[in-house]
Amino acid sequence: MPPATEVSTLAATKRLTVKVFGVGGAGGTMLEQMAKSDLGELSFSAIHTNARVLAGSAIPEKFLLGDKQLRGLGTGGDPEMGRMAAEEEIAGLTALCRETDLVFIAAGLGGGTGTGVSPVLARVAKESGALVLAIVTLPFEFEGPRRQRQAQAGLQQLKAAADGVICLPNRKVAKLLAESTSLIETFKVTNDLLAQGVRGIWQMLTRPGLMKVDFADLASVLRGRHTESSFAMAEARGEGRAAELMEKLLGSPLLDDGQALSDADAILVSIVGGPDLTMGDVNRVMQQINTRAQTSHLVMGAAIDEAYHDRLAVTVVASRRGQPEEPMGPEPAAGEKEEAAFEAAGPEIDTQFFQAPPVPRPPSRFVAPPPSLAPEKARQLFAQQGHAKGRARKSVQRWRQGQLPLEIVSKGRFEKSEPTIHHGEDLDVPTYIRRGVVLN
Amino acid sequence: MFDSPSIIVGLDIGTAKVCAVVGEVNEAGGLSIIGLGQAKSRGVRKGEIINATLAGEDIRHAIVEAEQMADVEIQSVYLGVTGAHLHGFNNRGFHPVVSSDREITEEDVQDVLKNAKAINLPAENRVVHVIRQHFLVDGQDGISNPVGMFGARVEVDVHVVHGNFNRLQNPIRAVKSMQLEVDDIVFSGLASSLALLTNEQKELGALVIDIGSGTTEYVVYADGIIKHTGVLAVGGDHVSNDLAYGLKVPLGRAEQLKIEQGAALIEESVKGKTITLTGDLGLPEKTINLEHLRRIMSLRLEEIFQLIAQELDQAGLLNYLREGVFLCGGGARINGMQTLAQQVFGLPASLSKTNSISGLKSALDQPEFATGIGLVKFGSFEHKKRSEGRSSLFQVKTSLSQLFRRD
Repeated sequence: MPPATEVSTLAATKRLTVKVFGVGGAGGTMLEQMAKSDLGELSFSAIHTNARVLAGSAIPEKFLLGDKQLRGLGTGGDPEMGRMAAEEEIAGLTALCRETDLVFIAAGLGGGTGTGVSPVLARVAKESGALVLAIVTLPFEFEGPRRQRQAQAGLQQLKAAADGVICLPNRKVAKLLAESTSLIETFKVTNDLLAQGVRGIWQMLTRPGLMKVDFADLASVLRGRHTESSFAMAEARGEGRAAELMEKLLGSPLLDDGQALSDADAILVSIVGGPDLTMGDVNRVMQQINTRAQTSHLVMGAAIDEAYHDRLAVTVVASRRGQPEEPMGPEPAAGEKEEAAFEAAGPEIDTQFFQAPPVPRPPSRFVAPPPSLAPEKARQLFAQQGHAKGRARKSVQRWRQGQLPLEIVSKGRFEKSEPTIHHGEDLDVPTYIRRGVVLN
Repeated sequence: MFDSPSIIVGLDIGTAKVCAVVGEVNEAGGLSIIGLGQAKSRGVRKGEIINATLAGEDIRHAIVEAEQMADVEIQSVYLGVTGAHLHGFNNRGFHPVVSSDREITEEDVQDVLKNAKAINLPAENRVVHVIRQHFLVDGQDGISNPVGMFGARVEVDVHVVHGNFNRLQNPIRAVKSMQLEVDDIVFSGLASSLALLTNEQKELGALVIDIGSGTTEYVVYADGIIKHTGVLAVGGDHVSNDLAYGLKVPLGRAEQLKIEQGAALIEESVKGKTITLTGDLGLPEKTINLEHLRRIMSLRLEEIFQLIAQELDQAGLLNYLREGVFLCGGGARINGMQTLAQQVFGLPASLSKTNSISGLKSALDQPEFATGIGLVKFGSFEHKKRSEGRSSLFQVKTSLSQLFRRD
């Protein structure tokens, strides 16, 4: 638990105001769990469309949506109702979000309130200037296809509205648990994990750090990326804790056995240890993460907590950029400078390439790229060429260039065979692509 | 089981080729290779059969060729198996000595070996090999044969290779459909190491890397015993695939480029050089950068070595390899592989010769045939044991091989 002194030091400079919203039934439960644990000093606010559930909640600040249309009886699992109710109460929601720097939205997607209200709330919170981080669960498969569809649609909306979405599909949680675990226990674990996520990020921001992660770092990883994030926490103690920690972390189903790290564009790592935290520990942990994530933008922090004597804990938030069709965020953040540079270089290569002197081309459909052009870029250019024959290929194209994900690598003859996964890396993908080696 | 009991055949169903090697054990117990047959493999990917019909045809071709060359009729084979599903690990079994005088008997040794074999494997997995490493008596390490010694507790370290039962059955089934018997299945990496290493090299510590088309197998010997085995489902096919992707050429052309222009290192002299590819009519079709070709190859091959080095480093074995690294398999032919291996492992590396065997020496001294020859060698050990009478280890082995002979 962050002692009071830290909060006061924060206050001495500028107090970071954080608010956690629990939306809907699942969100409310998560909130209660967080409030009960050591996150007591954050401000909490429960939002629901069902007056009875809200009345039963232990959270002091409550907000009932859709009093008039729904008469406090809930949405009946229809996200559209939830959304309408929220749109009606925009003013009230804005008031709730006023003067906060960081907003967490905890919700379970799939139902009416969580799915419908969260995107609206995220939008409102963002408009009032806060960094919005949504932490949501997706329903279990047995909850039926309708809820899955609703959840997916809600997730898309939320991704578009919030700065970052940390999504925990319940089926991943199921992997963590034994078959015989009770349902109550399963939901409790999910809620716990999400609470841990909030706690991890909160602690990352407030603990006195050797290497401090501050609000700006978090913002640079998340803001404007419309990201899909995964997070994982791991803890180990005693001799060899760094190795044990990494084993736990990389084995975590929340990171898809380490695959999430390789796929990530930006990674935030926070290491917490006792006063006996050594450089070696930090080094070992970071080295492992670095080898997994060589091409991503990495932000790290290390902090000391007296309570963590002989223990080592790490929180990782790995975010992957959203779908390519989404336009880039309005303000390119620190991590995207490279991107911007590439963007700038884009048109130049473009013209150079397309206005090349009319060399007699071989009759084949395949046109060899000039040797000085990296195959990656060449591939992108070809993709465009194939796409936009004769059509307006100006601005649209340029956007596409920056956004084309590198993941669509054809595996050639191994396309249909069992992939060779080694420590989360797909070895069937050419090495030079995985290592980001540019050929030129 | 054999027509002529002294004929031993090794069959290696690889991703690039199927290879049958015929060996003959003479009266003095010496082994000589008398025949070899090979066929291009079409039904195998990453070391495992994906098209049983094609694989069957290829096996038949290889066997027929070997039969003609050796002038014998082949009835049973020692079959090499590989694939990403195979795993090796070390296990320890122990057994209290109960006899009143505390003398360790043959039965005690049998019991301790049995205990070491009782491993908690996934239900669908089966043991391929249980290889004795050494015994411990009352904690005293490094005993090779405890029979006749005194002690209260005898332990044994074994190296166990296990794999998925169904996937092990596939090649066995393919061979049986050709009306051939399978004497035993042998992990390909183990077979290669048998063909390549002399006893001194095993004693001093050596790493054998068999870089095939579909898979790369590796085996570590130290102090004369097998310490570690592993399979990486990455091989020469991956190199070709990378080239096809990176240089944007068809897979066949990539394969050809790999053989003609490929090397494991990027020399200064290739920088900026280009190659012009010509089409069917001899007209220039495409220009590729030689440096790119080399870089793509070099990164992939380096990675293979690095992955192995990492694993051995974790197992703490890198310091035991005093004889260095021995390369075999088709991938070992790539120029500069030895230098690359030297750089990655920091150990002397060499393209290995299949010594310790007599026969068609010059024809056989190719890195690709190491597995086939090793299989024959494995067979000759079995043969020797059989003719020497039923030794204890033999009984363990037969029970194992019987496991796989069942349909």
